[in-house]
Amino acid sequence: MAHKPQSGPGTAGPAAEPELSGVQTITFAKALTLAMSDSMAEDASVLVFGEDVGTLGGVFRVTDGLTRRFGEDRCFDTPLAESGIIGMATGMALNGMKPVVEMQFDAFAYPAFEQITSHVAKMGNRTKGRVRLPLVIRIPYAGGIGGVEHHCDSSEAYYVHTPGLTVLTPSTVTDAYIMLRDAIASPDPVVFLEPKKLYFSKDTVDLDALRARYAAGSTVPSTIGRAAVAREGTDATLIAYGPSMAAALAAAETAASEGRSLQVVDVRSLVPYDDETISAAVRSTGRAVVIAEAPGFASMASEIAARIQERCFHSLAAPVLRVTGFDIPFPAPRLEKHYLPGVDRILDAVDALQWEES
Amino acid sequence: MTNHPEFLEHNAGRPEGYLLPSAAPVQLIAPDGSLAPAAEYKESYSLPEAATLLDGYERLVVGRRINDQANALVRQGRMAVYPSSTGQEACQVAADMALRPGDWLFPTYRDTVAILGRGVAPMEAFESLRGDWHSGFDPHQYNTALPATPLATQLLHAVGVAYAAKLRGEDTVALALCGDGSTSEGDFHEALNFAAVFHVPVVFLVQNNQYAISVPLIHQSVAPSLAHKAVGYGMPGERVDGNDLAALLAVVCGAVERARDGGGPALVEAHTYRMESHTNADDATRYRSAAEVAEWVPKDPLLRLKNYLHDAGQLAPADTARIAASAESVAKTLRDGLNTETAPDPADLFAFVYSEPTPQLREQARQLADELAAGQSLEGALQ
Repeated sequence: MAHKPQSGPGTAGPAAEPELSGVQTITFAKALTLAMSDSMAEDASVLVFGEDVGTLGGVFRVTDGLTRRFGEDRCFDTPLAESGIIGMATGMALNGMKPVVEMQFDAFAYPAFEQITSHVAKMGNRTKGRVRLPLVIRIPYAGGIGGVEHHCDSSEAYYVHTPGLTVLTPSTVTDAYIMLRDAIASPDPVVFLEPKKLYFSKDTVDLDALRARYAAGSTVPSTIGRAAVAREGTDATLIAYGPSMAAALAAAETAASEGRSLQVVDVRSLVPYDDETISAAVRSTGRAVVIAEAPGFASMASEIAARIQERCFHSLAAPVLRVTGFDIPFPAPRLEKHYLPGVDRILDAVDALQWEES
Repeated sequence: MTNHPEFLEHNAGRPEGYLLPSAAPVQLIAPDGSLAPAAEYKESYSLPEAATLLDGYERLVVGRRINDQANALVRQGRMAVYPSSTGQEACQVAADMALRPGDWLFPTYRDTVAILGRGVAPMEAFESLRGDWHSGFDPHQYNTALPATPLATQLLHAVGVAYAAKLRGEDTVALALCGDGSTSEGDFHEALNFAAVFHVPVVFLVQNNQYAISVPLIHQSVAPSLAHKAVGYGMPGERVDGNDLAALLAVVCGAVERARDGGGPALVEAHTYRMESHTNADDATRYRSAAEVAEWVPKDPLLRLKNYLHDAGQLAPADTARIAASAESVAKTLRDGLNTETAPDPADLFAFVYSEPTPQLREQARQLADELAAGQSLEGALQ
């Protein structure tokens, strides 16, 4: 006797609460929830699972209401085993499903590293493109919340260094929604890094307009592979992403009051990387500072700096500088402020861009 | 006692201890080919029909021929590496015979015989072993996963495939093979636990061939048997003589059909022996004695079934000739295929990493193409 799903494909249960629409002020976390619920409503093969994502709605409440709305076959809790979660998701993606799984915290994803690097990332290449794994691995990452040990790692370097993975990290409420929808729609596996300190940040968005991007016949391009200019400026370019965007924008604001015009670029898509937008931005100002919260040694920030030097050398008036976390394990809450790249450290780097020599 | 509803629904009324394996490995045909003496097992296992056993015998002979031919091709430098499964063919044949075409097989890198038995084109199956590409066949074409070397990782994929099928109300079963060494890996434990908790139609078949490369079982586990590990996860375990195809079919087909009927996962441990080295690059004489290997020679799965069928009057000289010809035809296909020069296309290096190559990969593909074109024009100039 075959198993009878409680809520079969396409039969969404009764909504626990009326779905939000129109212009709304919502949190970053809620934007992610809506991206998942909208994707689940449209496509019965989209499933959400992980630790505590069901009844509880996730430790950050990002999956809140999904089990109530879609039933336990569409959003469910798993045993506490990260390799198991990713390994099972791999099999489900191999058999017609589109799993969107949550790793509860950055450092808790490490047990799944083998599945991610040896299977998830390589399946498309191994099969010469015959198999694609439409799988999204959501990972809350980075610090700034006074978190306990092993809850604040910036682990993006491990993923961007793994060919076959798409690696995305939004920094705005709007991007949280559209980038997660783009990740779920992608045929390739996506590591979706969510800056946990942004979960409760708010913005006012037009949900109808955002949803229209995904209506049938829409020609709006995916955000995958596209950086975004977050602030226009003419004197120097700050390049940041995810958890460091707030500090970069605040630094640009302070610099403006001091008469210096700083452009800010949000990388957004770490892989595929948008060389074109970022190089053009740096050429327009001739100076660049790369900002990232992760330790700087052999990091995403190193890669960005190297690529700028290779592509923009003749437009540069100064070396490309990096403002990153120190090369230390993420510190305890009372020392965290010394580690995180902040406005002062960013402006010190801007001041060091050899202004007197040009 | 668990209050898992599906577990209770399918195990209500079963005797306490049902999850435990039988007191001894199930054996239906003794090593000399005679019917094994009646023994007490946890279930009553009956001998498969003669036609099934004849089909199985043919698959065993073909499997042995594949192993012998592949070993020869490695020696001739036609293949980079071959992990032989000589002595273990019965486990792989049973796995194939237990499954319907729509079911899924999750093999290990030592299960080439099972992979070919699923219908995978020989040159596709050998693509990775000859070094042309890391596993190039289409899993969906054969409902057979690509073998991989990270141990036990495929067990979780089997759980996922089976769970996806269950959620859609399909009656697909996944059968996952692994070795004794794999049972020490974390993914083995996570796979068994996930399979039990989600009550999915998956059967884990452990080929306990006594060695993980050079490390004997005594260094892997002190459990009463590997089959006992099932109990800790809430699924039935069973142990079987892995060189007795009749017993394997009875146990494995039973587990597969039980899973298909909604009975949930099961773990089967097959006692067998890896008669040859881990691969051609290994030297088994460094860690095991000739006397130990010699003990397993009379337990050979082919000889055992041949003797049984012969004594039962089920193996006519015409059958023997037909089976030999069939094995030879497979061997010839391997020889012809591997003696044909191939030229893996360097452009493929960049084509499949993502569904669309990234700008960076396109750039790197152009770089390599330019290098190759320059090399060719230099070659042309020198000629």
